Amino acid sequence: MERNCKCWNREDELPVYLAGPVTTGPSQRHKSYGMFSSVEGAFDSKTIELDSYAEGRKGGRASRSGSRERLLDDGFGGEARGSRVTSTSEREDPGPGVGVPSPAAQERAAARVNGESERLLIKGGRVVNDDQSCYADVYVEDGLIKQVGENLIVPGGVKVIEACGRMVIPGGIDVNTCFQKSYLGVSPVDDFYQGTKAALAGGTTMILDHVTPQPGDSLLEAFEKWQEAADRKSCCDYSLHVDIPQWHEGVKEELELLVQEKGINSFQVYMAYKDLFQMTDTELYEAFLFLKDVGAVVMVHAENGDLIAQEQSKILGMGITGPEGHPLSRPEELESEAVFRAITLGNRVNCPVYITKVMSKSAADTVAQARKKGCVVFGEPITASLATDGSHYWSKNWAKAAAYVTSPPLSPDPTTPDHLHTMLACGDLQVVGSAHCAFSTSQKAIGKDNFTLIPEGTNGVEERMGFVWDKAVAMGKMDENQFVAVTSTNAAKIFNLYPRKGRIAVGSDADIVIWEPEKIKTITAKLQQSAMDYNIFEGLECRGGPFLVVSQGKVVFEEGKLQVQQGTGRFIHRKPFPDYAYQRIKTRSMMTGRQGVNRGMYDGPVYDVPPTPKYITPAPSAKTSPTTHQPPPIRNLHQSNFSLSGAQADDNVPRRSGHRIVAPPGGRSNITSLG
Amino acid sequence: MAEKRIPRRDDDDDDDEGSLLSRLGTDSPKPRMKFGGMFCNVEGAYENKTLNFDSFSPGSVRRSNTGGDTESVSNFSSVTDPELRHRNQPNRGHTVVYPSRGHGGRRESDRLIIKGGKIVNDDQSFYADIYVEDGVIKQIGENLIVPSGVKTVDAYGHIVIPGGIDVNTSLQAPQLGMSPSDDFYHGTQAALAGGTTMIIDHVVPEPGSSLLGAYDQWRDIADKRSCCDYSLHVDITRWHEGLAEELETLVKDKGVNSFLLYMAYKDRYQSTDTQIYEAFGVLRDLGAIAQVHAENGDIVQEEQKKLLDIGITGPEGHILSHPEEVETEAVYRAITIAKQANCPLYITKVMSRSAADVIAKARKNGMVVFGEPIAAGLGADGSHYWSKNWAKAAAFVMSPPLSSDPSTPDYISSLLSCGDLQLTASAHSTFSTAQKAVGKDNFTFIPEGTNGVEERMSIVWDKAVVTGKMDENEFVAVTSTNAAKIFNMYPRKGRIAVGSDADLVIWNTKETRIFSAKSHNLTVEVNIFEGMECRGCPVVVISQGRIVLEDGNLNVTEGTGRFIPRKAFPDYVYKRIKARSRMADARGVPRGNYDGPVHDVISMTKSVPSTPTTRGGQCPGKGMTGPARNLHQSGFTLSGTQMDDHIPRRTAQRIVAPPGGRSNITSLS
Repeated sequence: MERNCKCWNREDELPVYLAGPVTTGPSQRHKSYGMFSSVEGAFDSKTIELDSYAEGRKGGRASRSGSRERLLDDGFGGEARGSRVTSTSEREDPGPGVGVPSPAAQERAAARVNGESERLLIKGGRVVNDDQSCYADVYVEDGLIKQVGENLIVPGGVKVIEACGRMVIPGGIDVNTCFQKSYLGVSPVDDFYQGTKAALAGGTTMILDHVTPQPGDSLLEAFEKWQEAADRKSCCDYSLHVDIPQWHEGVKEELELLVQEKGINSFQVYMAYKDLFQMTDTELYEAFLFLKDVGAVVMVHAENGDLIAQEQSKILGMGITGPEGHPLSRPEELESEAVFRAITLGNRVNCPVYITKVMSKSAADTVAQARKKGCVVFGEPITASLATDGSHYWSKNWAKAAAYVTSPPLSPDPTTPDHLHTMLACGDLQVVGSAHCAFSTSQKAIGKDNFTLIPEGTNGVEERMGFVWDKAVAMGKMDENQFVAVTSTNAAKIFNLYPRKGRIAVGSDADIVIWEPEKIKTITAKLQQSAMDYNIFEGLECRGGPFLVVSQGKVVFEEGKLQVQQGTGRFIHRKPFPDYAYQRIKTRSMMTGRQGVNRGMYDGPVYDVPPTPKYITPAPSAKTSPTTHQPPPIRNLHQSNFSLSGAQADDNVPRRSGHRIVAPPGGRSNITSLG
Repeated sequence: MAEKRIPRRDDDDDDDEGSLLSRLGTDSPKPRMKFGGMFCNVEGAYENKTLNFDSFSPGSVRRSNTGGDTESVSNFSSVTDPELRHRNQPNRGHTVVYPSRGHGGRRESDRLIIKGGKIVNDDQSFYADIYVEDGVIKQIGENLIVPSGVKTVDAYGHIVIPGGIDVNTSLQAPQLGMSPSDDFYHGTQAALAGGTTMIIDHVVPEPGSSLLGAYDQWRDIADKRSCCDYSLHVDITRWHEGLAEELETLVKDKGVNSFLLYMAYKDRYQSTDTQIYEAFGVLRDLGAIAQVHAENGDIVQEEQKKLLDIGITGPEGHILSHPEEVETEAVYRAITIAKQANCPLYITKVMSRSAADVIAKARKNGMVVFGEPIAAGLGADGSHYWSKNWAKAAAFVMSPPLSSDPSTPDYISSLLSCGDLQLTASAHSTFSTAQKAVGKDNFTFIPEGTNGVEERMSIVWDKAVVTGKMDENEFVAVTSTNAAKIFNMYPRKGRIAVGSDADLVIWNTKETRIFSAKSHNLTVEVNIFEGMECRGCPVVVISQGRIVLEDGNLNVTEGTGRFIPRKAFPDYVYKRIKARSRMADARGVPRGNYDGPVHDVISMTKSVPSTPTTRGGQCPGKGMTGPARNLHQSGFTLSGTQMDDHIPRRTAQRIVAPPGGRSNITSLS
């Protein structure tokens, strides 16, 4: 991560994704800025310095575009600066940051010594970033994008990939997977190897997996366990979220360590899973407060666990044990209620909130509404909620119905996917995850007699990009830039990976996908990479898919064939205080200092009350524990306190006698045992 | 008092209750506009509607005959022979006199005729006279035949409305061991002075104590002290399964049909979501109304800590620690829970725009939810919390707090006008400045509560009717009728109709008065509406058929208030709920048995119990979470079985209705 920042510190190393539009050419290509760039050179002194990297114009081999004016203009500065840049590349630079070999870079360099250092030139594609699209070639070396532009000067012996006008997009980032999360000791069938393979096959070049420690476990240990497993198995870059299974003071140290030293900047808390992961509002408040102070993104699993527990026992009591009990016990309202509460908490604490798995219309609407009010909140729909609906829970085929079990459940409302896509397109929801957590049918069958025991999770990491394209871009809801934003760029921004990930620019990681918009594919479990024996999208047709996938500068997927190597995935550190989430938060906390009113001392009469602290009883109502007992001694104090206070109200005699009647000793003690 | 009673004392006139029928000879020179106003252009259209005016107002019958309509011959014939009528006097089946209670002996049966006023109900306004006897409205119409010696109240130029019902007062609930400075006597006195003739007070038992015990205590005090009719809500300060029995007793035998749950006051009254859900289920089965004090107590407590830490101790800390969204969140959550439990929900004290919006939206989604703004929320805003005067700032302390947004009162009165909010209350609970000063160094100790019972009606009139937001009928609806409907007192209360209780207010729509602590009828030395000028005030207030306010003189008797029992399953609320519970049956999917391979988890099940125990980081005492939940489940099914048989509920209805008061109502409805 520090390497990262050094990269961008130097002007030369600015994330230039596109070389200057030089060079004459037969066909005039669309230049960098499209219609909004009417003033020549208007972007020259802006953050993204195009010209400094436009060496291509000197060679002018392909010489395809450019206005004449521009040509002249560029001719000058290009000479001077171009030479410097070329010399840089001649130095056979060891890493992205010139002369800054960080440990990670060294590692990678070492890896490359093994003869895999690939140099790629992606030619003739249309580079699509979240803000603009333009035609350019991309030159990749050492796992980094070295040049973007036309007519690039590249060394000989470079592998050339002809994109033939296809879209070249930043590799997808799947922000929500669970490849290692065990349920009752059962591990998902897709581990980091299978899962990342599937991800790459679907055009996703980075995943963020959830570390899910059991309550009572050390977060650090769990993190290390995950990291170790992922380092061994993962085929693509990854990072980790850490779930906080329970809140207590001791967790704080571990969290701080994770943020400061381990490169984790996102933590998930649960409002569901009563008696397991669920936190009370008080705990959530404290957790939010702490996570905000360390600059992390708070992710929330938003469902009202108390009510779910009630509904589950009710539905089991009615004799419904099949998977349909799952959506019945987790109605949409419980999700939107929890979303609303999480946002309220976030707003009170002034902390960014990230809602994982937005599954229903009303939850999405709640997020959108909060954003309109100015709350810093992000919503993440997942592949399953975007491509299918909850009607399958009522399938006669138990295995099929069980395959859809995930929390929050898919909404039975068939208009939900459409609605979620619309909100993604307009920016009310920001990122697409997959919540990929695959359990085989025999694993799901643990809950064959009780739906509450069915392991939760669906597939989706492989299909994610395709369905967003099919349902949103191909339908005209979303343009290709927004597609890149929701599948990759926004995620990179929120989790502070940007611009290393999520953008095609000079200096970014070479995680690139050549996207084929017209490719039609029928999803089926037979042809998938995932090890799951059932695919919830079985039989759905999907337009759009990756033509070629480059991960860490290597071609891993080409012509339908996957070439991956276990353990090549790197752990990507993420720094706290991502600008995208925290800039506003910081300003707001400066603005919202609260001030009291300066008053003189109150010097009037004060009613005499017996020492009040006695009145505050220890928590009778911790949210998750309805059966907490009240220590009887305190109750007794209570009573005495009460009658004393009555005695002090001198003026109203009848009332005082009444007080004493309130607490008949017999009735009181009787209740005590119950309450 | 005395001199008012004397004229009506002559016992000879007792037989003269033939007033039920018209005096034949009288003819007013020009016909007045009759009952229906513009909506009643079909003669006799109201004949067989619920409220049968004609059968009790012969004058009009006769008149409609002259109008050329041949209708209701039987009625007519009975009218034609006054002599016969007089002979039939003794067995007038339809007039029921409430049994006089122990202390009722001092009360004389007052007979009043209110002349010349415009009667305003929630559905229509019309000009008619009202004859009141024995605390009940006996006749409505023109040219009524009344016995001689009846006191005539002149209402020309004014409107006559059903007395207000204030559904939220806390005249007895102590805070920090301190009793409110206005008890049932002073509180009801103030209510009557403001045109409110019935209050529903909150019984607040100590957490863990018996609800019945607290109820009895409240009844006892209110019977002794109250000056107007009252009823009681019971607050559930700590929910547990064992309360279900007490609730059943309260609903079926004690005439209580509404219970308040708290989502705030952490560690004192607050209920968890699970508890609220369970309670809602029980209340629904009993046919009661679940009320909720909606604020997220967890967040409030955290905010309070934070504020005290940074050194804010004054009353402004109260509003800072109770931000609007905390209220909104709780309202939203309460609605969600109620929807799950299919239980009608009543939000007490809607204080902020966003909370009101959430209610309005939920109603649009079909929820059975009611919202109650209060006088303070309609007449004042939260800017005063920042007052330099500590006593003034502290006087406004209540939960949820007044919104600091100055547009809130206006907005809330708009929602009230369009029906998104349904009724107004006062949440009257006053503490003297010395009592409030208990929290002079820590705002969390300031006892919460404001005045409002006296000002409520005038504020609604001034803010909503005078500004043209609502009409006089809606005014009656939000101040009285809707409350009576929701809490199942309709049409005994909340309507001017024959057979209804004679709780009437003659309302001067023009006169203004200025609220001030100097002139109000409370003992508390501050008035949060100090200096506010309001148009609209009561001229005459009649409670239980007696004039209690006339010419600015209040004339009340301690202990005359009767407890009004309320039956379960109010139609206004429960009709929809009943239909929905029939519809909303979840069904399973019949499938063959799954016969595929099953992953073996036997070795792992051992780890399952370990998880709940480790959960108990905060609450070390609850190791046995598993068994606890089992108890819960069994409790749940138990309540279900009780609900199955509707027979006990019917018997309950019989018990609830005391012979005197009830039979009267029965004949009406």
